[in-house]
Amino acid sequence: MERVTKLSKIIVITSGKGGVGKTTTSASIASGLSKLGHKTVVIDFDVGLRNLDLILNCERRVVYDFVNVINNEASLNQALIKDKYTENMSILPASQTRDKEALSKEGVERVLNELSETFEYIICDSPAGIEHGAMMALYYADEAVVVTNPEVSSVRDSDRILGILHSKSRRAEMGLDPVKEHLLLTRYNPERVQNGEMLSVQDVEEILAVPLLGVIPESKSVLTASNQGVPVIHDQQSDAGQAYADAVARLLGEDREHRFLDVQKKGFFQRVFGGKA
Amino acid sequence: MPQATADLFSSPCLQFKGSMVPLTTLELLYFEPDKFSEELREKVKQAPNLFHNLPIVVGLEKLAEAHSPLDFSLIQTLCEQEGIRLIGVRTDAPEQTSAAQTAGLAVFQPSRGTRNAEAETPVQEPAPSAATETGRDEAQPQRVANRVITTPVRSGQQVYAPGGDLIVLAPVSAGAEILADGNIHVYAPLRGRALAGVQGNASARIFCQSLEAELVSVAGQYKISEDLQGEHWKQAAQICLDGEKLTIKAM
Ligand SMILES: Nc1ncnc2c1ncn2[C@@H]1O[C@H](COP(=O)(O)OP(=O)(O)O)[C@@H](O)[C@H]1O
Ligand SMILES: [Mg+2]
Repeated sequence: MERVTKLSKIIVITSGKGGVGKTTTSASIASGLSKLGHKTVVIDFDVGLRNLDLILNCERRVVYDFVNVINNEASLNQALIKDKYTENMSILPASQTRDKEALSKEGVERVLNELSETFEYIICDSPAGIEHGAMMALYYADEAVVVTNPEVSSVRDSDRILGILHSKSRRAEMGLDPVKEHLLLTRYNPERVQNGEMLSVQDVEEILAVPLLGVIPESKSVLTASNQGVPVIHDQQSDAGQAYADAVARLLGEDREHRFLDVQKKGFFQRVFGGKA
Repeated sequence: MPQATADLFSSPCLQFKGSMVPLTTLELLYFEPDKFSEELREKVKQAPNLFHNLPIVVGLEKLAEAHSPLDFSLIQTLCEQEGIRLIGVRTDAPEQTSAAQTAGLAVFQPSRGTRNAEAETPVQEPAPSAATETGRDEAQPQRVANRVITTPVRSGQQVYAPGGDLIVLAPVSAGAEILADGNIHVYAPLRGRALAGVQGNASARIFCQSLEAELVSVAGQYKISEDLQGEHWKQAAQICLDGEKLTIKAM
């Protein structure tokens, strides 16, 4: 089945490894794109372990989910949830009760086709691993944001996912232009990099050889935001929120300098009172 | 429209495809059970990950007593004790062939490359072209089947250039494996495993811009990362066989 309109872009947020910040990133990138006026939907592919709806604070509004739509038990309109904070944004939640095999290739394709008639950006939040759920999340992607933490095992898993994007995605199988790859380094802690406890941006860039979309610092604001159910990109006072806004701008083609890469010199008040930015 | 499952069941469930599967060969010079076990254990200890469940073929081209049939069941058991899976024997001697078949092993014909190598003087002429060295079939025109890869070879991927050279213009990641019957060139960091001359071409070489490999091997002689640390580590290097010994030189 060929997609009817090809105006929409499918972007997978993937990593191989779990707990690196895929869901956090999916929520913020989707919110960032829609804040800039782009009609965006974010899909939770983590069937059985949904938490995108928690980060977006819409878990109590979930009636039907992605699997229901695939099984024709509900229409897309019944399953899509409108985001609380941004216009132009919808969420397609994952099922908590099924297993990942419920995502059939044909079913996913049909849903993506239908979504691409309405939405400009389709963000796919991938589960961890390289099993069926992760494969389905990346298979139809036009672009991929590979979320990586600055440590060896995460970098190795990202490398693996990049190999899979290059050989097993729909674009690879059909001999189309390759999936456009972006590296997003998250949970970056310049102090620990300086102490040699973590890989530096340069180390990771050199190993993965993929253009850098952004560096998101390790930040308390992420946890605060997720506890409140507000994607951190809405907190433009925070370093992580600003870094995500930069990443979204770069995704849209803007050239922005990378920030938050160096150890912050403590200001007078921080030195005196020991507070943290 | 992707095929529905029902349609799938009405089509055949298998098909045959020609392919070249690289296999590690254990060359047997003579067979003495205790010594065999001891030497094998020693080798495995050097690179346990490499050998774990490794399928291998025993090559008999250099066997001293070529015509007295070997006890392949015993060899198989001794290999199993070290976690290695003996799957076949490479020979064209009729006595060995029937002994191998009795033991339930597959029998492979010696490749032209290995027989040539044996017929030649031990000191090889300076690298003849890979195509003539590894030509597998006389009926085939001598066309070099080189393979050029322009994108990174990532962890978990394997790239093989049968019958020719492999040229990689991008990094080879840790956890990736590249193989060639001929030479291997990597114009970027080599961080994974590189095996040149996998059909036994002893004059094959590996060239790389930055040697950071997990393993390098030429015609079955290998070195692992630990043995590569030193003056050539992270430098441009070439790896080739000097007699039976794998040597690394600056480039
Ligand atoms: N930049 C960051 N700073 C601090 N904590 C973060 C950051 N990004 C993610 N986290 C935390 O890491 C954990 C895993 O994040 P999540 O987005 O769920 O990862 P994944 O979807 O890859 O499993 C969460 O507790 C989240 O709050
Ligand atoms: Mg997640």
